[in-house]
Amino acid sequence: MTVSTEHADSAAAGSLRKWLLTPEPKGWFQSSAQQVHQGWLKFSRHPLGLAGLAIIVLLVLVALAAPLLTIYDPIVQDMAGRLAPPSAAHWLGTDNFGRDVFSRVIYGARTTLYIIMLVTIIVAPLGLLIGTCSGYFGGIVDEILMRITDIFLSFPGLVLALGFAAALGPGITNAIIAISLTAWPPIARLARAETLSLRKADFIAAVRLQGATPMAIITRHILPMCIPSVIVRVTLNMAGIIITAAGLGFLGLGAQPPWPEWGAMAATGREFMLDSPWVIAAPGIAIALVSLAFNLVGDALRDVLDPRGSE
Amino acid sequence: MASADLTSKRDTDSSSKQGAFADVAPHPLLALLRRLAGRGVAIVTTLLGLLFLTFSMGRLLPADPVLAITGPEVSKAVYDRVYEELGLGRPIWMQFLTYVRRVATGDLGTAATTGQPILTDLLTIFPATIELAIIAMIIGAVVGVPLGITAAVRRGTIIDHIARIIALAGHSVPIFWTGLMALFIFYAKLKLVGASGRVDVFYEGLVTPMTGFLLIDSAMQGQWDVFQSALGHIILPGAILGYYSVAYISRMSRSFMLEQLGQEYIITARAKGLGTRTVVWRHAFRNIRVQLLTIMALTFGGLLEGAVLIETVFGWPGLGQYLTRGLQMNDMNVVMGSVLTIGVVFLTINILSDFLYRILDPRTR
Amino acid sequence: MTPSLIDIRNLEIAFGGGAVRAVRGISFSLGQEKLGIVGESGSGKSTVGRAIMKLLPPTAIVKAERMNFRDVDLMKAGERKMMTIRGRRIGLILQDPKYSLNPVMRIGEQIAETYRFHHAGASARQTYQQALDMLEAVKIRDPERVARLYPHEISGGMGQRVMIAMMLIAEPEVLIADEPTSALDVTVRLEILALLDELVARRNLGLIFISHDLNLVRNFCDRVLIMYAGRVVEVVEARDLDKAEHPYTQGLLASLPSIENPPARLPILKRDPAWLDDIALEQPR
Repeated sequence: MTVSTEHADSAAAGSLRKWLLTPEPKGWFQSSAQQVHQGWLKFSRHPLGLAGLAIIVLLVLVALAAPLLTIYDPIVQDMAGRLAPPSAAHWLGTDNFGRDVFSRVIYGARTTLYIIMLVTIIVAPLGLLIGTCSGYFGGIVDEILMRITDIFLSFPGLVLALGFAAALGPGITNAIIAISLTAWPPIARLARAETLSLRKADFIAAVRLQGATPMAIITRHILPMCIPSVIVRVTLNMAGIIITAAGLGFLGLGAQPPWPEWGAMAATGREFMLDSPWVIAAPGIAIALVSLAFNLVGDALRDVLDPRGSE
Repeated sequence: MASADLTSKRDTDSSSKQGAFADVAPHPLLALLRRLAGRGVAIVTTLLGLLFLTFSMGRLLPADPVLAITGPEVSKAVYDRVYEELGLGRPIWMQFLTYVRRVATGDLGTAATTGQPILTDLLTIFPATIELAIIAMIIGAVVGVPLGITAAVRRGTIIDHIARIIALAGHSVPIFWTGLMALFIFYAKLKLVGASGRVDVFYEGLVTPMTGFLLIDSAMQGQWDVFQSALGHIILPGAILGYYSVAYISRMSRSFMLEQLGQEYIITARAKGLGTRTVVWRHAFRNIRVQLLTIMALTFGGLLEGAVLIETVFGWPGLGQYLTRGLQMNDMNVVMGSVLTIGVVFLTINILSDFLYRILDPRTR
Repeated sequence: MTPSLIDIRNLEIAFGGGAVRAVRGISFSLGQEKLGIVGESGSGKSTVGRAIMKLLPPTAIVKAERMNFRDVDLMKAGERKMMTIRGRRIGLILQDPKYSLNPVMRIGEQIAETYRFHHAGASARQTYQQALDMLEAVKIRDPERVARLYPHEISGGMGQRVMIAMMLIAEPEVLIADEPTSALDVTVRLEILALLDELVARRNLGLIFISHDLNLVRNFCDRVLIMYAGRVVEVVEARDLDKAEHPYTQGLLASLPSIENPPARLPILKRDPAWLDDIALEQPR
């Protein structure tokens, strides 16, 4: 009985490998899968990139499994045990409200993950659409869209986010909106640059002669070609987005107390920094680690997906 | 980091389809004027757009601006009157024009905390931020450019790795945290530097502000103990901002230099017999000088950003702290006025650097 | 027999840690003559030119029994020694002046630089005059005006003249020209070749002319070296080219179209894998 299932397992694994490596893929799905596989092989030759990826995976796991990793509630206060240094009971000590710092860092990962996901979902499509339309249509459309992009770019990122977050009011949703407003212009610029060079390609002319509408050309032919470099740029910019989000949290915008957010934790811990440095050390290191991870992954992805743009 | 390439549309495609007839070609002066006018229009529209952004930020505020003035208990008649006065009934574009007019005349509202016109406040405190920014820029350029270039020339060696680590840390560690940790180590534990503010409390007001830069003013007036205190206070925030500048500038310098070193003219230069130092500084560097200028402008924008957080951490009485204090006090006029100021300053710097780029690069003349 | 200016024996060049063998044991010598090195892309011909000047990237692995320039052992020469040779005793002309000239330096300055570097005591006026003289020597009219221009303001033909001027101003003994006319229009090509011919003859230079254009080389050079896959497969006097023995050379010659005697069908070169193993040694002169 065992022998045949083992055979079946290894046969299944063997046939998957064959499917991924066969030189003549049938159909779009198989060839896409093969491309991803090739890309993965290339990526896995970058040890630093793999380390970064591991950290990101860890972030996701930690965020999802937060209740399993700590018995302490991140919100419940315990004034008797406030500002306790790290010990066996509280791995990273407690903050000024007696809350376990480790648990707050773990739950704070959820906040960070939430922000990352939402900003990406908003910014990538928005930037791609604006950039490709601007590049493809040219003329007045390009002028207007690029002028708008320039206007948003005439503020440093944090300052613009600050302005909008302050205007919209505190809260994590408003912070996400504010950050998204500062994060889309570089993507739009990038997409536009790629579109400009693709616009003159023969295959675009061919599709147009076949009668494709401009939107069809953009969405089905140009946009997919822009995706690799956009992925790289979004990953690299993610580090900055996390830091901006933390900065907003530090200034009291973003996720509101008592909900744990790494930047806000650093702000509240500031008063007690001199005697209880662990309260701000932990969230800061968490921010740095996650940003670093995205930087490393982004660098490795650039080598895999977009070697022209790399050093 | 933001990049403001104001002429994002490179007109390589719309090449002049002028015929070969020399007498139909436009007079060069006219062409220049036309180009300048085009640039001017672009700048004005960007500026207006910037103003519209801050205007819309102001309009987004959930608080009712009428109630903010009158208080919550108010009769309909008074409410309507204030509503009219504030022009809230008028169409958006008219409100925007009023806003533009107000800003153009320097009326940014009044600060709730100081009671002063915001513009006056800004003019008083801006030099403090500039002083910080200048120190950081000097550190960034003096350390960052040679570091980046050396990392490129000696690619793969230990100095390249060090530069990489410095740059990575600069892009990963949040600046407010670095500030806090640095305060903890250098002030709390080692007692090496001063606490918050620009000088120790009992030196405040001793030096008459002439340039607004404490270091220069105190040196000029021979108040060396004030100078020392000021130095001790500026060194940590300046160094931290400087570090982040080094991280960015060195990365970009390295990238630019690597790009140049792969070019054919470098081989030509070496074929002439020139040594590495000459090739790097007389040939390659000349090609990246102008790009570095743009980088400096962008660095300045990043410094304005970083200053917001660093000034808050170090209690440095500059634009950044003004902004965050306004945020804490819910003084939206202060917040919006500061954001607007930062935007205008950043935009100006980018316009200037774009302009200088055009002048200095022989290829774009 | 004229003493050789450059003497190379069994030169091997590999990249990528030894994985890619660009040059696999070639030998030749150069006298005061025009030697053409002909080969397709990837044959290793450009690599040879740069190897002589030791301008290959540091990752390149260069081995040779002998690589001498007159009495200088180039293999053993350190960077300092090479700096006295490059530009001053051996010159290198690159293919495309759009890329091989420094875009932000004026032309006059780039030419003068070679002179100034190798003549330490020269005054600014003297250097400037030398540069102008050199511009005249490469038949550029109005040298004062051109000296003030930037490379993007001049044509390709003029750019190559500038390149030649830059490399001849310090009066070297050998000139290596790496595809000097490949980036030029056909009409300009002949002018540049004529210029090179004259300068080489007048200054008694040895010239290594690297090209992929067999027709051009056979009409311009005295001797021709055919390279294939990193090896020399044939060495022959230009006038004796029709009597070439190696099937690769014969194949190349056969595939050249001719206006006078157009063949019914233009033959296609058939590559024999055995050519990858053949070694043809230079016949000592």
